[in-house]
Amino acid sequence: MLGIVESAWRFRFFIASSIKTELRIKFVRSRLGGLWMILNPLAQVLIFAFVLSAVLSAKLPGIDNRYAYAIYLMSGTLCWSMFAEIVTRCLTMFIDNGNILKKLAFPKIALPLIVAGSALVSNLLLFSAVLLIFGVLGHFPDTALLLLPILMGITVALGLGLGLILGVLNVFIRDIGQVVPVLLQFIYWFTPIVYMVNIIPEQYRGWLILNPLIPLVTSYQDVLLYSRMPDWRGLAVTACLAIVLLGFSLILFRKASPEMVDQL
Amino acid sequence: MSGELHIQNLGKAYRKWGGELRRVASWFRPSIKPVSEHWVLKDVNFFIAPGEAIGIIGQNGAGKSTLLKLITGTTKPTCGNVRMHGRVAAILELGMGFNPDLTGRQNAMHSAGLMGYSKEEIDRAMPEIESFAEIGAYFEQPMRTYSSGMQMRVAFSVATAFRPDLLIVDEALSVGDSYFQHKSFDRIRQFKADGVSIMFVTHSMSDVRTLCDRVILLDKGRVLKDGAPDEIVDFYNAMIAEKENAKMSIEQRREENGWLLTRSGTGEARVASLELLDDTGKPLAVAQVGQRVELRLTATIHAHVPNLVLGYMVRDKQGHVVWGTNTWHTRQIQNDLQQGDTVTFRLPFTCTLGPGSYSVSPALVSTDTHLVDNFEWADNLLVFDVVNIDLDTFIGNTWLDAKFAISRQNGEVAQ
Repeated sequence: MLGIVESAWRFRFFIASSIKTELRIKFVRSRLGGLWMILNPLAQVLIFAFVLSAVLSAKLPGIDNRYAYAIYLMSGTLCWSMFAEIVTRCLTMFIDNGNILKKLAFPKIALPLIVAGSALVSNLLLFSAVLLIFGVLGHFPDTALLLLPILMGITVALGLGLGLILGVLNVFIRDIGQVVPVLLQFIYWFTPIVYMVNIIPEQYRGWLILNPLIPLVTSYQDVLLYSRMPDWRGLAVTACLAIVLLGFSLILFRKASPEMVDQL
Repeated sequence: MSGELHIQNLGKAYRKWGGELRRVASWFRPSIKPVSEHWVLKDVNFFIAPGEAIGIIGQNGAGKSTLLKLITGTTKPTCGNVRMHGRVAAILELGMGFNPDLTGRQNAMHSAGLMGYSKEEIDRAMPEIESFAEIGAYFEQPMRTYSSGMQMRVAFSVATAFRPDLLIVDEALSVGDSYFQHKSFDRIRQFKADGVSIMFVTHSMSDVRTLCDRVILLDKGRVLKDGAPDEIVDFYNAMIAEKENAKMSIEQRREENGWLLTRSGTGEARVASLELLDDTGKPLAVAQVGQRVELRLTATIHAHVPNLVLGYMVRDKQGHVVWGTNTWHTRQIQNDLQQGDTVTFRLPFTCTLGPGSYSVSPALVSTDTHLVDNFEWADNLLVFDVVNIDLDTFIGNTWLDAKFAISRQNGEVAQ
């Protein structure tokens, strides 16, 4: 296990330069460059806000800003977009880089770190754009905002743990690559990002505990929209799960590593 | 520090698990065994001493690439081990991980990072990379504007910018135009002179002869032969022919004069004698530059041969082919020969070879290649020396009918 950390450290320059390279490539040939990274999730927010705000705006208790629903949407989207980006990119990272893995001896663990790093950077850009929009809409989050780095950390850990497991298995069982995007769609709609938890009928609420993203997304909403402390208990469960997944993914990765290249 | 490589009992098997779930389960329960194994490399043992250059040759599928992957560490051996000292650099494929939208400099940075170097090391090597690639202002342009040769130049410059202790090269030397090919070849030679161990996988037998101290021939995942370059290369050539002619035999021995004789063939036609004669018909062991000489070969026929072609190859001491042709190219194919026939081939020519030792390798075949029928192929069957007695001194293995014409103008003397 220590070897993994050590080799990742040795390749720190490569990891950093890859993250930079990835961002640079997104910028380099398009006129709007880096804007596209944040325009995509924002467009989604805009659509939902237009379509659904009439239906749902009345049901946001305790907030008098008329753009409350848009802010609610953006808070959830901020969390989801990072989680989804890490999972989907981890899923195919070994296959996409198969040629390099076959020809060059470099630590494979660099790949998920690059994915996580570049997802984090683009999420931070999205976050600053979101803050800017909040300001325009007349909404100013208070000191609860300082908890956001913790929430982001848990999101990255959860996405990375899950993504690495799926990415490793996908090398051997390619069906996983097809199934996961579909499953992600389901998870998206089973998480209160677009709607509020309280519209779910009482008798089904018990099931929600099975979705580890819910405490995370609601915490984002607590911090960004309601300016209040998140539900620490639910968050702790998710954080534990993230750590367990991350640990398991590293074990799986280490076991699979010698055979991985042969299957690419 | 120089590189050293020990390969012990190295083997690689690709395993079938009968379902991927069983494979995944086997990581956690060692009691689950694979259904079948396919060994692509087995019992490989060899050693590369510091500063030694080794060539690895073999047909496609012999296990060369797998061996390289095991040594560079991209795949893990199933059994045995690879031990090495010093820093390894591998040029398995040039231009790995280049991105067309980045400039040459950015790509060079990135790809040196991929080799595991730190920012400071790369910054230090960058001027050298830029000047070696010699692509001028293009270095700051996106790579999509490059020609493929320019890309290769950058790739090679990066790959060899850092002096390794062991350099592994896979068919990568034919990069760019011939100017750059020479330049990259020189760099490899320079490495060798500096004591870098080199392992060199190629199909180019002349590269092997020029660069390698020792050659390893792989066949079906095993080391078939390990020895001096000329010995292994000639054996390999004979082996390729054997593949086509199952009943053929290969015989190899080193003559007293140091030349290695390799005879192979199916024997329908055989070389009975091969001689070098002067213009009066007397046998020669030493020819003079500019002398009229003749190669005379008598072939005996031991079974019905529909088409007979004689090919000659004249090689210098390093094994480079100086000249060669065959009677297929000269449209002098002998048809319908019966058992007991003899054929005499006379080849008069003026010896315009430079001073040195040369060998003649005749081949009796049926077309322009020895892959269809190889009746007899004899590497280095006849060896002769060339000396320069009455011509002005020159170097090289060819005498050109060249004379200086010199004129000179006196400059105006300033008053």
